[in-house]
Amino acid sequence: MIEMLRVSKAFGGQSVLNDLDLVIPGGKITAVIGPSGEGKSVLLRHIIGLMKPDAGRVIIDGEDITHMGRRDLNRVREKFGMLFQNVALFDSMTVFENVAFPLEEKTRLTRSEIRDRVHEALEHVGLKDVDRKYPDQLSGGMKKRVGLARALLLNPRIILFDEPTTGLDPIIGNAMHRLIKDTHARFGFTAVIVTHEVPAIFDVCDYVAMLYQGRIQIRGTPDEIRDSHDPVVRQFVTGDLEGPLRFV
Amino acid sequence: MQTIIARIGGMALAVVREMGRMLLFLLYAFYMIVRSPGKPIHILKQLHFIGAKSFFVIFLTAAFTGMVLGLQGYYTLTKFGSEGMLGSVVALSLIRELGPVLSALMVTGRAGSAITAEIGIMRITEQIDALETMALEPFKYLMSPKILGALIALPLLCAIFDVVGIFGGYLVGVKLMGVNPGAYLHEMEKSVEWKDIYSGLVKSVSFGLIIAWVCCYKGYYTSRGAEGVSRATTAAVVMSSVTILVWDYFLTSILL
Repeated sequence: MIEMLRVSKAFGGQSVLNDLDLVIPGGKITAVIGPSGEGKSVLLRHIIGLMKPDAGRVIIDGEDITHMGRRDLNRVREKFGMLFQNVALFDSMTVFENVAFPLEEKTRLTRSEIRDRVHEALEHVGLKDVDRKYPDQLSGGMKKRVGLARALLLNPRIILFDEPTTGLDPIIGNAMHRLIKDTHARFGFTAVIVTHEVPAIFDVCDYVAMLYQGRIQIRGTPDEIRDSHDPVVRQFVTGDLEGPLRFV
Repeated sequence: MQTIIARIGGMALAVVREMGRMLLFLLYAFYMIVRSPGKPIHILKQLHFIGAKSFFVIFLTAAFTGMVLGLQGYYTLTKFGSEGMLGSVVALSLIRELGPVLSALMVTGRAGSAITAEIGIMRITEQIDALETMALEPFKYLMSPKILGALIALPLLCAIFDVVGIFGGYLVGVKLMGVNPGAYLHEMEKSVEWKDIYSGLVKSVSFGLIIAWVCCYKGYYTSRGAEGVSRATTAAVVMSSVTILVWDYFLTSILL
């Protein structure tokens, strides 16, 4: 379980997270939605300790990581996998080397065992014969799949997805959503997906939390979000131009 | 008036903060080198990148520096009728001063800028964050091999610079200007002591540390996209070069 308790974060005097409370249940898929620039990625970075809150606490499976030192934080991070918005593949490495990297560095597996594990992970995300390609030779969708394969490889208990379908066409985006759902069904990890793919994400997740003005505006099941009478939530879900949300 | 003083104070504080952050960066890098220096293959790759790939530029710079020294030295020494001393003038200038400094400046321009750009791009494309999320230590994979690579490569490049430069001076002094070859080599052998070689190598090791430290630091704290990488790279080259020259003065005064 992931708990964020009264978390605040500001950049240059501009508040991004403001006394935010959020509980993410273990073993479920939770989507964090909200308008662009509301701090969804910042929230995700707090969960994995890439950012420290100015105030408040972040608790992962009962362990407060807010003021943890590097060594303890790395121990907690062993539980995590993360798919970045821009995938963050190592561009000087081939696909095989990218996916094999965590295994080579963190396990004592033999070369052939690593090769088998990498191929298994790549096949699971629907990729074949891409071992020797470099990230810049792959399409956006393929990069995301490689990123997912890399994130899955060490069997993490929590996977964070930062806008996994950004930059993909609707069909590939839907395929990515299905892949996340199938992978979750198979491995049973806790998933946090930051996205603004509404309402498509409702078919994927168990819970939805909407971030607005630095706080969680609403949290509930996809049906509860759909049926919400909160004007902010309604406008965001329906995509209306008229309403309390203002777009510049 | 108060605003100006406050601004100056703010700038001074920012400089002190930056220096403190740089020092902590270096200390942490050393801690990581001692705790887990990384795989030898990573260090060898950096040695190849910083050292072997700089060979050509070092060779060219050294050859022409030695040749210019040969010309200038000959011109000056003939005024005193001491052109026989050309060998020692060329050798001492190169071994004590020009070899370490010029090889370091060349490496800063060739490899230092690339180090900053590489780490900076990894920073802005979240590759460093990816390492952290895998519970892997970026210093172990990025900084330690580069620092160790630079510490080993710089004295080797400096030695190559010295040898090539001395031969450049020989070529011009002996073959072109007609200085006695025996005198050139004998004077050089007579005047160059172990202390001179030692001080040159100590300098080049310390310059290697400065290059790796400044360039890694600037890359690691890159922000704001492509322009940020460009700014960081420029700042790294300028700061490394200036620091090398300033540090050279202090080190020379200690080692003299």
